[in-house]
Amino acid sequence: MIKIPLRYNIGSLLARWPGTLMTAGGIGLTVAIVVTMMALVGGLESTFIETGRDNQLIVIRQGSLNEVNSYFNRDLFQMIRFLPGVAKDDRGEALASGEIIVVINHARMGGESSNVLVRGLSDMGFVLHPEAKIVAGRRLNPGLREIMVSRSLSQRFQSMALGDSIRFARSEWKVVGIFDTGGTAYDSEVWADYNEIAQDWDRPIYSSILLRADSPAAADQIRRRVADDQRINLQAISQRQYFAEQTSSSMGIRTLGFFIAVVMGIGACFAAMNMMYGAVMSRATEIAALRAIGFRRRSILASFLVESLIVGAAGGIIGCIVALPMHGVSTGTANFQAFSEILFNFRITPAIVLRGLLFALTVGVLGGYLPARRAARTRLIDVMRE
Amino acid sequence: MTGQPLIEMRGLSKVFRRDSVEIRVLNDIDLQVHEGDFISLMGPSGSGKTTLLNIIAGIDKPTGGELRVLDADLLSMSEDALATWRNHHVGFVFQHFNLIPVLTASGNVELPLLLTSLSRQQRRDHVVTALKLVGLSDRADHYPRQLSGGQEQRVAIARAIVTDPTFVLADEPTGDLDAESAEEVLKVLAGLNQEFKKTIILVTHDPRAAAYASICHHLDKGRLVRQ
Repeated sequence: MIKIPLRYNIGSLLARWPGTLMTAGGIGLTVAIVVTMMALVGGLESTFIETGRDNQLIVIRQGSLNEVNSYFNRDLFQMIRFLPGVAKDDRGEALASGEIIVVINHARMGGESSNVLVRGLSDMGFVLHPEAKIVAGRRLNPGLREIMVSRSLSQRFQSMALGDSIRFARSEWKVVGIFDTGGTAYDSEVWADYNEIAQDWDRPIYSSILLRADSPAAADQIRRRVADDQRINLQAISQRQYFAEQTSSSMGIRTLGFFIAVVMGIGACFAAMNMMYGAVMSRATEIAALRAIGFRRRSILASFLVESLIVGAAGGIIGCIVALPMHGVSTGTANFQAFSEILFNFRITPAIVLRGLLFALTVGVLGGYLPARRAARTRLIDVMRE
Repeated sequence: MTGQPLIEMRGLSKVFRRDSVEIRVLNDIDLQVHEGDFISLMGPSGSGKTTLLNIIAGIDKPTGGELRVLDADLLSMSEDALATWRNHHVGFVFQHFNLIPVLTASGNVELPLLLTSLSRQQRRDHVVTALKLVGLSDRADHYPRQLSGGQEQRVAIARAIVTDPTFVLADEPTGDLDAESAEEVLKVLAGLNQEFKKTIILVTHDPRAAAYASICHHLDKGRLVRQ
């Protein structure tokens, strides 16, 4: 169908390079914003989705949506850790950790304050969080008002660098270590000794229990036993599933991103349409010559559509290149479920780049169709008479 | 002139309507064109020369009369069918050359061949032959902006003949050229007619151009007068 040579389209675009460049640039900026929005949503969602293991369970109060609004008696920890199926370490200790979550309000580097999650955990908690790597300082010592801060938090919040002290609850807490969990949800937390937190907040309870099961079958068994025991009023969820369900905090950003993409896409379509209409009007005699030679309407239509697609593709490539520096940039947003800030990185994946390019091609097609149709419908006799 | 005419028209007329006003551009035209004819159509501006040429090429349709071109019923063909018919049978040479500025001379000449089933090598051979016929073998890779007016029109002629069409229609081919370039172009057309028996219809208001043709028709106020 496309019998008019591609070099005609490329040559024509180069001959009108200022207009071509501006249109491609406009589409490129739109694509850059769309790709960045997708990277933002993708980064936020992957922070949750990539957190956790299938063979680890989080036990929280029945009816609670997350650890923050869960609490239960410490006695229940003994019952849970000895359930059949709970894995044990070399010394025969159950791989289970009772943890408490509190929320503090702390100032960011820019001055405005935000909620931050503080997790009080036991020594066994560090075994159950193998993703946490200490990148500076050391592990906290139990029995002391010492904290470990994630690298992301230490870069965004005041007084959270190694050696700093911050005040919350009734005490001064010293930052003795900086950790990194590789982009998981735990990268938005401060860690402290469970007993010190429970004492300083005067809350002798657990928010959750993190445990490891022997096998997937054992995990299922533990889940059922916890659910079936009405006395304890707890629920056990796979750690991976627990965090996957937290992605609802990305819904608002996803909706906003979609809206922005649609609005800007429409604008980019009009830019492409404007450029192509200009091209069609200025090349009426060329079109007439092609029709006189014998090219059919559909060849003219296809040729101009291809031209618009080329501009769209160029814009897509420009946009992806412009957006690329955002990959890995750290940022944060409100986790409404946990009433705190969740930190994450922009993630530009090959799939996102492909979607950005497809978006650009769609803009090219939609913006170029009407002008291409106009070109195809050029009446030869009218041009000849002119 | 022997055999059945390639083009035959009887009582052909063409009326344009501008709002409520009727403008009779062609009036009761009787014309026959045989294979190998070199016909010039002369007349002042507005006499209907280009309209007659456009009707023969299937670009325009008459309002009345009979028209037969190569036994094809042009009046009932769709625009796309006419486009295909033109590719096979008509080589068109425009006054303003109408070359594609972003294609080289060989790229322009190759355009009609892209609608055939010839291979890439065959197309290249045809282009080389056509450019050689018009004396522009050494300009194959030049863009129109790098050619003189006469050279551009010769490239346009090469494009018009590259598919070996049944006839060549030239609408004021020397209208934009100086005398020397005009003579170059007319010699090429005359050569195509004399050497290759190409049927040519030339529209012109220049008597010197018309002199190259073997038959000269004069159009005046839409009526044909044979000279």
